[in-house]
Amino acid sequence: MANREEDASQKASEILKLERVCKAYNVGLPTETEVLHDIDLKLDHGEFLALMGPSGSGKSTLLNIVGLLDRPTSGRLLIKGRDTAALGDAEITRLRGHTIGFVFQYHLLISAFTARENVMMPMLADRGFPSAEIEARANRLLGQVGLEKFAGNLANNMSGGQQQRVAVARALAMNPDLVLADEPTGNLDTRSADAVFELMRQVNRDSGTSFLLVTHNMDLARRCDRIIEVVDGRIRA
Amino acid sequence: MNRWLPFEWIMAVRFLREGRLQTIFIIGGISIGVAVIVFMSAMLAGLQANFIKRVLTSQPQIQLLAPDQVARPLRKGAGELEDALVQRPSQRVISIDQWPKIASQMRAMPEVTAVSPTILGSVLVVRGDASRSVTLSGVEPDSYFKIVKVPDYIVAGEPRLTSEDIIIGIELAKDLGATVGDKLNVRAASGATRVLTISGLVDLGNKGVNQRICYAALRTAQSLLGMIGGVTTIDITVTDIYAAEEIAQRIQAANAVEADSWIKTNAQFFTAVQAQQNTNTLIRLFVGLSVAFGIAAVLVVSVIQRSKDIGILRAMGTSRGQVLRVFLVQGGLLGFVGSLFGAVMGVFALVYWHSLARQADGTELFPLMLERSLFIYTALLATITGLLAAMAPAVRAAKLDPVVAIRG
Ligand SMILES: Nc1ncnc2c1ncn2[C@@H]1O[C@H](COP(=O)(O)OP(=O)(O)OP(=O)(O)O)[C@@H](O)[C@H]1O
Ligand SMILES: [Mg+2]
Repeated sequence: MANREEDASQKASEILKLERVCKAYNVGLPTETEVLHDIDLKLDHGEFLALMGPSGSGKSTLLNIVGLLDRPTSGRLLIKGRDTAALGDAEITRLRGHTIGFVFQYHLLISAFTARENVMMPMLADRGFPSAEIEARANRLLGQVGLEKFAGNLANNMSGGQQQRVAVARALAMNPDLVLADEPTGNLDTRSADAVFELMRQVNRDSGTSFLLVTHNMDLARRCDRIIEVVDGRIRA
Repeated sequence: MNRWLPFEWIMAVRFLREGRLQTIFIIGGISIGVAVIVFMSAMLAGLQANFIKRVLTSQPQIQLLAPDQVARPLRKGAGELEDALVQRPSQRVISIDQWPKIASQMRAMPEVTAVSPTILGSVLVVRGDASRSVTLSGVEPDSYFKIVKVPDYIVAGEPRLTSEDIIIGIELAKDLGATVGDKLNVRAASGATRVLTISGLVDLGNKGVNQRICYAALRTAQSLLGMIGGVTTIDITVTDIYAAEEIAQRIQAANAVEADSWIKTNAQFFTAVQAQQNTNTLIRLFVGLSVAFGIAAVLVVSVIQRSKDIGILRAMGTSRGQVLRVFLVQGGLLGFVGSLFGAVMGVFALVYWHSLARQADGTELFPLMLERSLFIYTALLATITGLLAAMAPAVRAAKLDPVVAIRG
């Protein structure tokens, strides 16, 4: 009972809350390894958080759990105050589609589609049919990332930086509360990386979308609201 | 993006289009399979139809005959036999008892389309020194020509049968050295003789028949054969040719006649058709199986190739069900498109073969029978095969763990 009241009261400010989240791979096998240990983490609405840490420390694992692509082995994950443990696969998929946007480091776009179609894709999957409205929104988002001229280009025929900006536009398509970006600038040169970062920062400022950004770039991290470091599966304050 | 296509179809079409060579090869494979089925089925149907048409336009579908005459043992009194040895009597040519009543009963049956009383008997036709023993059919042209399309087989003269006319087979005409307009002396076994004028020559497509066939008016034949007012057979056509045997049995049960259907008299043909159809079914089954395995193999590879795309789609809120359908649609589309190309290939092969394959006399071996139902049926079958074949790959795609797929 107490918990639920707490959830409700914090709903307004917290987009994300992790309580003692653990993640182990290969559970039940001799190779079982716990990768995340007792992670406690809160993310406020409109917050832009940088997640840093050495390779193999569990950043991607944490992001996958937050992004509802994977489930924690133990602990609680609340999204907009809602406990996700009890949700079935269909509900998880819906919640993910409507509240979370992803920007990955590799395999950014679907190569069979144009930039515009890639941006339309999350809306299309949600609605079931294409529409003028969806297309207009995709065009607007591409304009926002400065790529209106490339809307009709196949994903493969764009530079890495351009592709990553399309990916940002796509992550914003469903107007999510939270965007998870796993080293989105890791593959880009400094200038492109800077442009993509500034783009995300701009969206964050303009529409209040929360961001969780995994990066190895200290420069970029310093320009975020807060930095959290993960070392060996634990958060170091 | 097509406004009318749902998400799953858009994805499926793009994936297939991007898979170029894979898609082309598998569609090629499906097409060949479908072409074989279309070609075989259409040719078999053509051959059958040809045969049936020939049978049904040159034979009545049901023929009523006087029942066999049976000899009964002679009895003296109750249970006492005078002469217990019974020999089968020689079968006289006799008229059907009360045939006008039976004929009008037949006409009243809803499934009967034409009824024609006919008299058959052997006569000798003589012209000069030449004489031939032939079968004379005495018919009422109006009703008989509805059953046996004599006018369609006329090669010279006209299908006219007044009491002085006779229509004869072309081989018989050749044997007699006679042609249209010539007079023939027709002599029955009893000695009765009539002089008839050849009004037409027919070719029924069979040399033996063409040597023996002649038609005369019913009354003319009756008087020649010494059976005034009698008929030896009643010929019948029915609406559903395949129900002929069943109808024949009903008629036989209700009347004092023997009823033979074309199905019974051509039993051999039906055995052959059945054997062909069994083979055809077997071939379809195996072609279908190999098509299914081909589609499944291509889609399994495609799922592996697309696993990252699938992972991204799942991360963007695409459900397992949607992913499943994307691959099912691909399977169905492959089957359907393959069946379209296959149908075109099959038709081309058929038209080509049709132009090559000739009977000894140069006429077509089988009619080109391209029925819409065959194509609809084949397309449906191919599409369903594609869907079923896509089942395993689609389930695999839907079960893909997005984390693994994206990291991969
Ligand atoms: N599916 C898995 N099965 C077993 N172990 C895994 C699996 N995924 C990740 N790990 C392990 O979990 C640990 C954390 O991996 P993770 O990818 O989260 O690290 P990371 O912080 O994102 O590293 P990087 O900065 O290189 O991306 C690693 O030791 C990795 O080997
Ligand atoms: Mg990582």
